[in-house]
Amino acid sequence: MTPLRNLRNWLDERLGWEGLVAPLRKKTVPLHRLSYWYFLGGITLFLFVIQVLTGILLLLYYRPGANEAFESVQYIMTHVPFGWLIRSIHSWSANLMIFTAFAHMFSVLFLKAYRRPRELTWVSGVVLLFVVMGFGFSGYLLPWNTLAFFATKVGTEITGQVPVIGKPLMIFLRGGEEVTGATLTRFFGFHVAVLPGLATVLILLHLLLVQRLGMSIPPKLEVQWTANPSAKREMKFFPNFLLRELMAWYVALGVLGALAAIFPWNLGVKADPFVSAPAGIKPEWYFLFMFQTLKLIPPKVWFIDGEVLGVLVFGLVGLLWLLLPFFESDEPSRPKRWITGVAIFALTYVAGMSVYGHLAK
Amino acid sequence: MAILRNRLRLFSAARDVGLAGFIVLAACLAYGQTTNSCLDCHSALPDPLGVTQEKFSQDIHAQKGLTCASCHGGDPTSDDPDKAMSRKAGWKGKIERKQIPQLCGTCHSDPAYIRQFNPSLRTDQLGQYRTSVHGKRLAAGDTKVAVCTDCHSVHDLRAPSDPSSTVNPVNVANTCARCHADAGYMKGYPIPTDQFAKYSTSVHHQALAVRGDLSAPTCTTCHGNHGAAPPGVDKVQNVCSNCHTFQAQMYEKSSHKEAFLAASLPGCVVCHSNHGIRHPTDAMLGTGPDAVCMQCHTPGDACDQARAELQSALRQLDEAIKGADQVIGVAESSGMEVSEARLGQDQARDSLTKARVTIHSFRTDLVDQDIQAGLKIAAQNLQAGQKAMAERNYRRVGLGMSLIAIGIVLAGLRLYIKKIES
Repeated sequence: MTPLRNLRNWLDERLGWEGLVAPLRKKTVPLHRLSYWYFLGGITLFLFVIQVLTGILLLLYYRPGANEAFESVQYIMTHVPFGWLIRSIHSWSANLMIFTAFAHMFSVLFLKAYRRPRELTWVSGVVLLFVVMGFGFSGYLLPWNTLAFFATKVGTEITGQVPVIGKPLMIFLRGGEEVTGATLTRFFGFHVAVLPGLATVLILLHLLLVQRLGMSIPPKLEVQWTANPSAKREMKFFPNFLLRELMAWYVALGVLGALAAIFPWNLGVKADPFVSAPAGIKPEWYFLFMFQTLKLIPPKVWFIDGEVLGVLVFGLVGLLWLLLPFFESDEPSRPKRWITGVAIFALTYVAGMSVYGHLAK
Repeated sequence: MAILRNRLRLFSAARDVGLAGFIVLAACLAYGQTTNSCLDCHSALPDPLGVTQEKFSQDIHAQKGLTCASCHGGDPTSDDPDKAMSRKAGWKGKIERKQIPQLCGTCHSDPAYIRQFNPSLRTDQLGQYRTSVHGKRLAAGDTKVAVCTDCHSVHDLRAPSDPSSTVNPVNVANTCARCHADAGYMKGYPIPTDQFAKYSTSVHHQALAVRGDLSAPTCTTCHGNHGAAPPGVDKVQNVCSNCHTFQAQMYEKSSHKEAFLAASLPGCVVCHSNHGIRHPTDAMLGTGPDAVCMQCHTPGDACDQARAELQSALRQLDEAIKGADQVIGVAESSGMEVSEARLGQDQARDSLTKARVTIHSFRTDLVDQDIQAGLKIAAQNLQAGQKAMAERNYRRVGLGMSLIAIGIVLAGLRLYIKKIES
């Protein structure tokens, strides 16, 4: 008996190891011309793991507080061995993760992978996307630089527009009426404790659902394969698909390394609450489509404040987006075409508004 | 004036009696003001006798409750011109130019009276005016010189803090120029009339009018306002040192001070000029068109050598700073964190500024101290920039090696997949 086999037996005896990995051995991935979209979820998960690991390393030196945060990040960037690499990878990986999460969501939408019985997978995924955006919003403030300070000020102000709960929510987020060191401490708490806990639970739920329900097949293909089971093609998850996923992770790692080395994440200028906001201040790119929309809404629409209306509409759209699978047909042969139309419109709108927001002064 | 004082006494009494009395009195005063027969007629008259209600309401005196009668006397409550402009009622008519400073001084030299309106307003204007060239010439019978109303305006006189006031810092030069830039009007006076034209090209005008820096000097800053007079050859340094303190301290240590005094040369003005003062450059120490040293010194003498040393030292530090800036800039545009070096560059620039101030001592040993301090800082910053560039290159080499390693792993994985699937 080899030592590896001994160890496996030892674990099996105590944890029921074989029982745990058995489903993975049986798991298969459908093989068709759109199979490569299946990699996006795994890449997002890989980037999340990178975030956790680099985040833990940053915690060794980062000090939350209005008088220390900027200096500690500056110290990480200049004096800590490979501190620049860890911070730059953390920042780039955060942005790439949000991008791949969006791409994953739209691929699921266009491939109609959210259909029965995968509604809860969609719901947990959309909530995860909101959590990831929360990570981005809270993490952006932590270096306590000018752009982050004013972006947080504008962002929390928009939160304050929500009727009834808006003002208390804004004060809760800020830790007072204004964005101060108290806000930074809170955002740090959200970023390293509350959101990671929530994200871990949701990711486990999401993965469990994916594992339980298997990979979805595009409706047309599902109809064909149901009619003609011999046409069905699939690949073993372990090791065939996982090895390909591993290749995708390596590519992602190379891209991250290149971005971090060639474009180290800028630190900016330390926040000064007493200076006026820089001209043309904008949020991070993933909030830009909402920000630009709010800018375009007139100050008053009928008798409602334009910004309040915008926030309410976005809230409603977010809720409907979450419930989208429940409007879909149960029959793969008769998918609802209007949902695909909505998906095309949403993608065009988000991309168009983001570009417009980026170019607008 | 007497009427006004009586009213104010009544006002004080009303305050003592209480609020009710105050309201009644205020109502009476308000009624009194509505029957100002002076404005009824003068608002319809052409200039120079015309004064409209709209114009007079802009006047700080009107806003403080004074009326036409406060200066001109008479009875503004009467609609009968004979009674309103009766000598018996104290009517003075048009105030003669030579009487204007004295009339204004009636109130503005009375601290107790002025304190009621503005406790911080000075009351020495009349005294100062009498010491000014304007005041002395007026006393000698020259009525062309400026009196209070020429600078402050009349009937629409505004507080100096009002941006549209003729004596607001931004407008003072234009106000002075109305006479001093008018060659025809100034004919007969032995002074030039190009001061305003020169001042308009100066660094001081640039700061005040273009940058809006209200602390920048205008005519009155150097010449005084009510006591306006040329500073005098030996006092120029005192005037400039009010703002340029450190330069003046250095000049005190220099050999130029005694030499200029002995030659009756006006200190700072010798090199920097007066009204048309330009932003100083290191070229002033050179031998080109902007050079000033060689206007007095002989090429090749000891002073000329010192001048060349000073210019060379300044150039050396300036070039060292620019060199470090260039390297730090490239490192920064490559995404390197060089904010500490950037901060250090500010310190090096401070040393250069200090050296340029120390130049006024004309001592090479003192200037050299600042230059050496600046060169040391600039060298450290250059080193920090070069280190950042080396770090950038190291990162790129590291990236290249990592990508090769990743490429090898990817190729290995591909081969392995091919093997298990074949």
